[in-house]
Amino acid sequence: MARAAYDDVVLAAPVTVPYVRYSIKSAHWFLGRALAQLIAAAKIPKTRIDGLAVASFTLAPDTAVGLTQHLGVTLRWLDHVPMGGASGIVSIRRAARAVQSGDAEIVACIAGDTNRTDSFRRNTSAFSQFSQDAVYPYGSGGPNTSFAFLTAYYMQHYGARREDFGKLCVAQRNNALKNPLALFKKPLTLEQYLDARLVADPLRLFDCVMPCAGAEGFLVMSRATAQSLGLPHARLLAAIERHNAFPDDPVQYRGGWALDRDALYEQAGVGPKDIDFLETYDDYPVINVLQFEGLGFCQEGEGAAFIRANTFEATGSFPFNTSGGQLSVGQAGAAGGHLGIVETVRQLTGETLGARLPRARHGLVSGFGMINYDRGVCSGAALLAAA
Amino acid sequence: MPKAAKRPQRKNPLLRTRLPTLPPAARSRVALGLTAAAARGRFALQACPDCGAVQYPPSEVCRKCLSQRLAWRAQDGGGELLTETTLRTAQELFFRERLPWRIGIVRLDAGVNVVAYLHHNVDAAPCRVRVEASLDRAGQAALIAVPQQRRADLSDDPKLREMTCDPRGRKILVTDGKSAVAQALVRALSAAGAELIWVGEAEPWKKDEGLESLRELPQVSIVLVDVTDSQAVRQLAGEIGAKVDILVNTADLHRTFSIATRRGVETAQQEMDVNYFGLLRLAQEFAPVLKARAADGPANAVAWVNLLSIFALSNYPPHSTYSASKAAAFSLSQALRADLLPAGVRVINVFPGPIDDEWDQLEMPPKLAPAALAAAIVAALKGSVEDVYPGDVAQDWLARHLDNPKALERELGESAT
Repeated sequence: MARAAYDDVVLAAPVTVPYVRYSIKSAHWFLGRALAQLIAAAKIPKTRIDGLAVASFTLAPDTAVGLTQHLGVTLRWLDHVPMGGASGIVSIRRAARAVQSGDAEIVACIAGDTNRTDSFRRNTSAFSQFSQDAVYPYGSGGPNTSFAFLTAYYMQHYGARREDFGKLCVAQRNNALKNPLALFKKPLTLEQYLDARLVADPLRLFDCVMPCAGAEGFLVMSRATAQSLGLPHARLLAAIERHNAFPDDPVQYRGGWALDRDALYEQAGVGPKDIDFLETYDDYPVINVLQFEGLGFCQEGEGAAFIRANTFEATGSFPFNTSGGQLSVGQAGAAGGHLGIVETVRQLTGETLGARLPRARHGLVSGFGMINYDRGVCSGAALLAAA
Repeated sequence: MPKAAKRPQRKNPLLRTRLPTLPPAARSRVALGLTAAAARGRFALQACPDCGAVQYPPSEVCRKCLSQRLAWRAQDGGGELLTETTLRTAQELFFRERLPWRIGIVRLDAGVNVVAYLHHNVDAAPCRVRVEASLDRAGQAALIAVPQQRRADLSDDPKLREMTCDPRGRKILVTDGKSAVAQALVRALSAAGAELIWVGEAEPWKKDEGLESLRELPQVSIVLVDVTDSQAVRQLAGEIGAKVDILVNTADLHRTFSIATRRGVETAQQEMDVNYFGLLRLAQEFAPVLKARAADGPANAVAWVNLLSIFALSNYPPHSTYSASKAAAFSLSQALRADLLPAGVRVINVFPGPIDDEWDQLEMPPKLAPAALAAAIVAALKGSVEDVYPGDVAQDWLARHLDNPKALERELGESAT
């Protein structure tokens, strides 16, 4: 059965609560700032928000429920999306259907986390039962361990080189240098990337995302609502999600996108060739390559050749992570999965903070989340178009 | 001689004694099944009796057919190392103090992935390996990939060696030397490279030839101590406590009485005084100082060994008061373990069946030779287990106990008549 179209669902009011490396504030503060910036950007009273989707790693003991009282919102639709870097895409999918069905008129999708000096260790030590029982006790490396395994395996099987991953990281840094909110302000050369200190072989320092505090947010509503509010917006053409795809693959060399990309492009009515820019989930460069392949920009295992054949700055042959991505902006916890969505809306509405594509018609953004044991479980993507 | 086995340098007394750190110990209850097997030196995973699927990480329901009847089954550990990394940073202090760490993902032939430490003799991925389960310093199961063909000792690997309590280069107190078992043990520890062995002697006016013959070993030093004398235990702890790396409590009083064969409780009290209160006295005096030295260089305080008895699991009525005293000691040893574990000091309980000595004279064979028991204790120290059931009878009783403790109680009851 064909899935119902998203009709006139749009995304608007992209906001970023500026990132800081460490903060003494709580996640509630960052999520509260995100909502405040959303209603300021949309020029609406708080009472107009009648739906809320929240993603956060550091909100405990609260969930989205507690946040309603913290933020003083009365809602008729509420969701807590615990899917890490896939939370943004999943929030879009759920919010879009709520808007279409009339269950909510304006859904605020927010994600944010604080980062105290010990937050990351606390989060990773008890990330999941499988992780606590069977990964963390082996060196307590956190995600560095998991992505080192994936990267080593990918390099060994497909002949990718460190220079290939480095090319992506350098391009992202060049994009980030134009983004005033990026935490990384200095240029990165390929030599610096290659010679950086080892973290978990073959990963070196600039392969690893830097945890920080911050928040991202956007509104989901109908085109009519956006127009009545005079809000620039981007249309939702298609979106997919998949959880625990390919459980029998020995080591993760593909995510769930491979299962769903045909449905994505069919629903959108456009293909990979029509995509003007791609925003991936990029906590480590190898996962970018899995997204290039999974979303159909190149064949499985041909990511390295694709990288060698393209340039990835906003002005390049394949504009990619145009705000700098998490690797050069910072990873504000669960907001990492919203960063690319917010940037996609900014590009499609022509209201970027930094680098801007001259004619952005179609933007593809993907999410990836939750290394529950030995691989990332959640994947998703959304295809958006300029109004 | 491999690098790890070199005799450690003497400690610089000016340096501060490092405090012990541990690998993460938090586990779900179901994951403790892995630890339970590793405590006896076994690698077991859950298998589904309905569809056969092996599970890992430990789970409450079968990942294939959702059966809830998962059962722990021994594994041969064969598999392929698919991918590996060497960690240069770590979040926990224990790992940070010992970087780098080589770990990998092994696809077991049983069809599941495990994250495991890689023994330093393992080739670069991909290659065939064998996965074993050991107890880490936190007392939890840790999986280790070793080369498939070559024999690989944990002691050969400088990092994994810390999972053992290898007697090589260590100073060891054997609390009572007046038994064939203790004397065999002292000789075995000497052969295993112990640096110094204090052997306790109670009631020195009762000469023991076997004990005297130990004096020929250069590492041996006979010390006066009677575990029934609180003052003597305290005095010994004051003299040598801060140097003891491994304490082996061999003090044992074994009389063969059932409830009805002797009037009065005096003999039973004597058994309790040695077997239970003796352990308590030793624990009170020696445990605190062992904990304090748990990270004291390469020759740190690492282990406490209790010579218990398989009769501690379920009372053997012909030796009923002895069984009760050993059950009491077993119970106390669990508290001692809880006390020492946070410092990383391992309590190893040894549960032999009848020993080939005068007090088990009337037991039918097979009986455990003192030298075999001594070898089992040394092997336990060189490995990474905390419960040892040496010999065929102990294994048989353990199997019966695990299968159905009530049935074992009835079976042992019949031996009283």
